Amino acid sequence: MTTATATTPRHGTRKPRLRGDRSPAASVALHLTLIIASVIAVFPVLWVLLTSLKPAKFATTTDFFKETTFENYTNLIRDTEFLSWFGNSVIVAGLSTVIGVFVSATTGYAVSRFRFPGKRGLMWTLLITQMFPVAVLIVPIYNIMSSIGLLNQPAGLVITYLTISVPFCAWMMKGFFDTIPQEIDESGQVDGLTPFGTFWRLILPLAKPGLAVTAFYSFITAWGEVAYASAFMVGDENLTLAGGLQKFVNQYGAQWGPMTAASVLIAIPAALVFLFAQKHLVTGMSAGAVKG
Amino acid sequence: MAVHTSQSVAKAAGDDVARGRSRGTGNPPPPSRLRRAMSVHWYAWVMVAPVVIVIGVIIGYPLVRGVYLSLTNANERNVARSIGVNELPATYEFVGVDNYVDALTGTQFLGTLGWTLVWTVSCVGITFCLGMGLANILNRRIAGRSAYRMALILPWAIPGFVSVFAWRFLYNEDRGLLNKVLGGAGIDGIPWLNDPTWAKFSVIAVNVWLGVPFMMVALLGGLQSIPSEQYEAAEMDGATAWQRFRHITLPGLRPVSTTVILLSTIWTFNMFPVIFLLTRGGPGEATQILVTQAYKFSFEISPRDFAQSSTWGVLILVLLMLFAMVYRRVLRTQGDNW
Repeated sequence: MTTATATTPRHGTRKPRLRGDRSPAASVALHLTLIIASVIAVFPVLWVLLTSLKPAKFATTTDFFKETTFENYTNLIRDTEFLSWFGNSVIVAGLSTVIGVFVSATTGYAVSRFRFPGKRGLMWTLLITQMFPVAVLIVPIYNIMSSIGLLNQPAGLVITYLTISVPFCAWMMKGFFDTIPQEIDESGQVDGLTPFGTFWRLILPLAKPGLAVTAFYSFITAWGEVAYASAFMVGDENLTLAGGLQKFVNQYGAQWGPMTAASVLIAIPAALVFLFAQKHLVTGMSAGAVKG
Repeated sequence: MAVHTSQSVAKAAGDDVARGRSRGTGNPPPPSRLRRAMSVHWYAWVMVAPVVIVIGVIIGYPLVRGVYLSLTNANERNVARSIGVNELPATYEFVGVDNYVDALTGTQFLGTLGWTLVWTVSCVGITFCLGMGLANILNRRIAGRSAYRMALILPWAIPGFVSVFAWRFLYNEDRGLLNKVLGGAGIDGIPWLNDPTWAKFSVIAVNVWLGVPFMMVALLGGLQSIPSEQYEAAEMDGATAWQRFRHITLPGLRPVSTTVILLSTIWTFNMFPVIFLLTRGGPGEATQILVTQAYKFSFEISPRDFAQSSTWGVLILVLLMLFAMVYRRVLRTQGDNW
């Protein structure tokens, strides 16, 4: 439906309109489409937020302004392991991000600037490793972690997440380095800097926003990872948020009260930072993606 | 595109020496090819070394082990494991390609593959069309554009697993909001996640909901990079809106759209959380995709079947690599340079 409304206006008009002008009917159609799409996009999130503010016993009723309470939140923090899950997630996602960015920064620069034997192969490896981590790696990594005693340990999950974050960070950073003009490198060389010097003294400071976005992105990826987290972490206090939230909703029933409260506490900070960073995020993503 | 020409193999030895990269090597007599490659490229190789090492150790080694496991009959009972202080050695055996033969001749793998393809194609197709439509609308001058944009991006900003639980809440058969609304309109509740057909519809709907923002934003970025002079010229020539879309917008978006389609195809094919958290592959195995089934073999059934799981994993990898190769070949014949 949206594609139709996007392409139909201005059909059959006699008088040539200026670009951006359109008939009132077309305007209404466009706004209507956007409003419907926005409601669909926002509503599920809003509904969870509203539900979390209702007393647990009314969780599944449709009226919400009757009684507003924070009891779901206080219960969640007092009676469940939510805070340890939150802490585990912060540690695991944070460490894998920092290590990932640190390890892959120079690689992003090298594949952005140099042509060297093995570059194509490396680029393809980076791309291909993003295709399969969970499917092929989960069993062998599980067995390896089990044999070296790292199952159910945050360290094990950090190492596992590096399999996701390292190729991803290198790939994204290449995109950011591509947006920095080559002339800067050349001026560095004219001044007698080595490629390392150029990278460290000139390019890295310029790429800081890109690094931040890459870091943020891989943090979010690890924050939301489900498969490894569900398979590797057991026992109430060792879970990350993705595993913890599953505790509230399983085949035996659902505790929607704590579930919705936990959802809000997980989602709101992430969403705020995301919306704040999204402009850069998109630039980086598309720069990295488009230039390949 | 952003390749530094002074590093090209052909040039580096000759006319570009003065640029500084090969400084320090002086003017050596032409040594062996390897030596020369080392002296020209060692900077690049040192810079990529950390990633190569990490990938080799924590991706390459497990990958090789995974392929090996798929050629054995490994399961929970016969792999090496430690119980307390006792180390039990592995007792599984090499069985050759039996697992692959079983998977490819049985109905389960092919059936799951069929649904996985339907799932991937419909999710990517619908997401792309919706994203394209919304991007085109948002690219016009329209009141409240940034507010709409913010609202439409929201699903992308929420961690995926949280959104999936939100949808489970809405889909709940007895108490979910969707069925309450239907009930209010006098329509019987729909078993969203408990009927095979509805469950398939539901998981696709959620994945589309999750995927549209990325698609929309990426395409919007692409649209904004198309020079407006092209549209103005087309308008002068009397091109209709459709013609402009067909002959300017679509070709202009090609670099972006080929990439987002490749990425989202790969992501959707491997979209674990949506299926796993929404339906666990149920009812029955109706919504099970290859990844969730491979996960199920090793983590949800007893005894855990590591060999079978690895086999499916390797097959997934092969399928995706074939897809990427074909895709790349198609791109290349159309003039993109990798």
